[in-house]
Amino acid sequence: MAEIIAKMTPATWVAEVFYFIIGIIFALVGLKALKDPNAKKKTTTIVFWFLLAFTFCFGFWLPKNITGAIIIIFAVLTAINGVVPSASNNPEPAEVRKQADKFGYKIFIPALVLALAAVLCATLGSLVPALNFMTSNNAIGIASVIALICVLAMTKAPFKYAVDDGTRLMDSVGSTGILPQLLSALGALFTAAGVGTVIAAGVSAIIPAGSHLIACAVYCIGMALFTIIMGNGFAAFSVITVGIGIPFLIMQGANPVVVGALGLTAGYCGTLLTPMAANFNIVPAALLETKSKYTIIKSQAPVALVMLAVHIALMYFFAF
Amino acid sequence: MEILKLIGVVIVIVGFVLKFDTIATVVLAGVATGLVAGMSVNDILTTLGTSFISNRTATLFVLTLPAIGVCERYGLKEKAIDFIRSIKNATAGRVIMVYQAIRTLAAAFSVRLGGHPQFVRPVVLPMAEGAAAVKYGKYDDEMDDTIKGASAASENYGNFYAQNCFMGASGTLLIVSTLVEQGYQVTALQIATWSIPVAVISFAVGVVRCIIIDKKLDKMATNMKGATK
Repeated sequence: MAEIIAKMTPATWVAEVFYFIIGIIFALVGLKALKDPNAKKKTTTIVFWFLLAFTFCFGFWLPKNITGAIIIIFAVLTAINGVVPSASNNPEPAEVRKQADKFGYKIFIPALVLALAAVLCATLGSLVPALNFMTSNNAIGIASVIALICVLAMTKAPFKYAVDDGTRLMDSVGSTGILPQLLSALGALFTAAGVGTVIAAGVSAIIPAGSHLIACAVYCIGMALFTIIMGNGFAAFSVITVGIGIPFLIMQGANPVVVGALGLTAGYCGTLLTPMAANFNIVPAALLETKSKYTIIKSQAPVALVMLAVHIALMYFFAF
Repeated sequence: MEILKLIGVVIVIVGFVLKFDTIATVVLAGVATGLVAGMSVNDILTTLGTSFISNRTATLFVLTLPAIGVCERYGLKEKAIDFIRSIKNATAGRVIMVYQAIRTLAAAFSVRLGGHPQFVRPVVLPMAEGAAAVKYGKYDDEMDDTIKGASAASENYGNFYAQNCFMGASGTLLIVSTLVEQGYQVTALQIATWSIPVAVISFAVGVVRCIIIDKKLDKMATNMKGATK
């Protein structure tokens, strides 16, 4: 532990404070389930949120195989569908309407502050050496605090609402909120096990050495195809970036920022084309009572294909 | 057998296609990959735990939820609906175009509008259908389906292509944590900045699409009148 502390910079201390706050939010979601007399699957839901809180608050300081074991427990709890939302303090529609009329378009100010303060803090942090604790990641936390103060000051809302509404939204995101984090961890395991190398060996057959354009096309189309098959661009990103994006683009001199930013949205071109992404394409079709359940996908197909071509072109011109 | 290492990829694909629980699928894929690669159980748990802790970045979006939640309580969505209702003299294509603009901006600023159930069905679709009713008088199911498809699509375009412009978006953070984990030091600000071109172009493509939709509806209306004569 002393060894960890010795290596910590102001930036990592600030980051740990924010991860601790996230842990508290998770614990509050668990507490909400604990206090809800009608909560379904109460025990498993509480265990999930408290364990998740524990990994965020203390995981950094403890042997990492403890967190690894807890992750296995997460998988078991979600596999048996044991994590479900509990009752939240939902705002009354009539009350929301009244507040909307009172505050008008001013209510957009805190939302704008959130996005702009993050950019401003990150920029200041990278320019001013004394402020270098404001890394891009910490800037998101700082901006969240500023935006919260801004909305509470503007509406004179009690702090209780920050807790009620924060836990309400977190509970509606639910356990899938940690999916991006787990997918990055999966990418790490894939790399450790050499999965990227195997995929790369297979793909190298279709990418002629030195052809940047074909490499961009294979990566973007690979992202879209994998997303079409799995219905989830996030999952495709871990696999295709490790297997194709890094060996054939980034290691050939492509800018990792451009490849990463365009890679995920290239995958979203696939999301527009697949019934696997039911929440975006099939459920809304039922909701809008379209004639065919594929009406939305058919409508999106031309735009998806144009956007895929746009991604390949942008990557080719800006990554190299 | 090198090819066995792809077991994790196979598990991810099968798990997502068959709609198994996503978290269990991902964890199982990780454990299976580690076992096939000859790692011990303790090694697997340690690798999993280490990367989970170092990738807490990807879950930073949680910090933005209290502020956004309170904004919603004080009428954020209601004012967005008020704004789109104030559009005058619209065609179906133009209503959809304005919605895509709002959805794109909202996604870039992390404002959650609630998507198809809370916005497209109760607000955008009735307005687009209303505009078509004013312009064409009667319109058939075929035209209605075109309007429905385009309305739902505009929600997806705005949502997908613009969300990564926000530094705290979970997609942006996934890109950052994945690349950092692989040894490439990128920041959320850089990824958000490089997500802007796609957001802008997707809106431009959407505008063209809406103009085409209006033309298509004009043509369908003419054909319909021709057919009934």
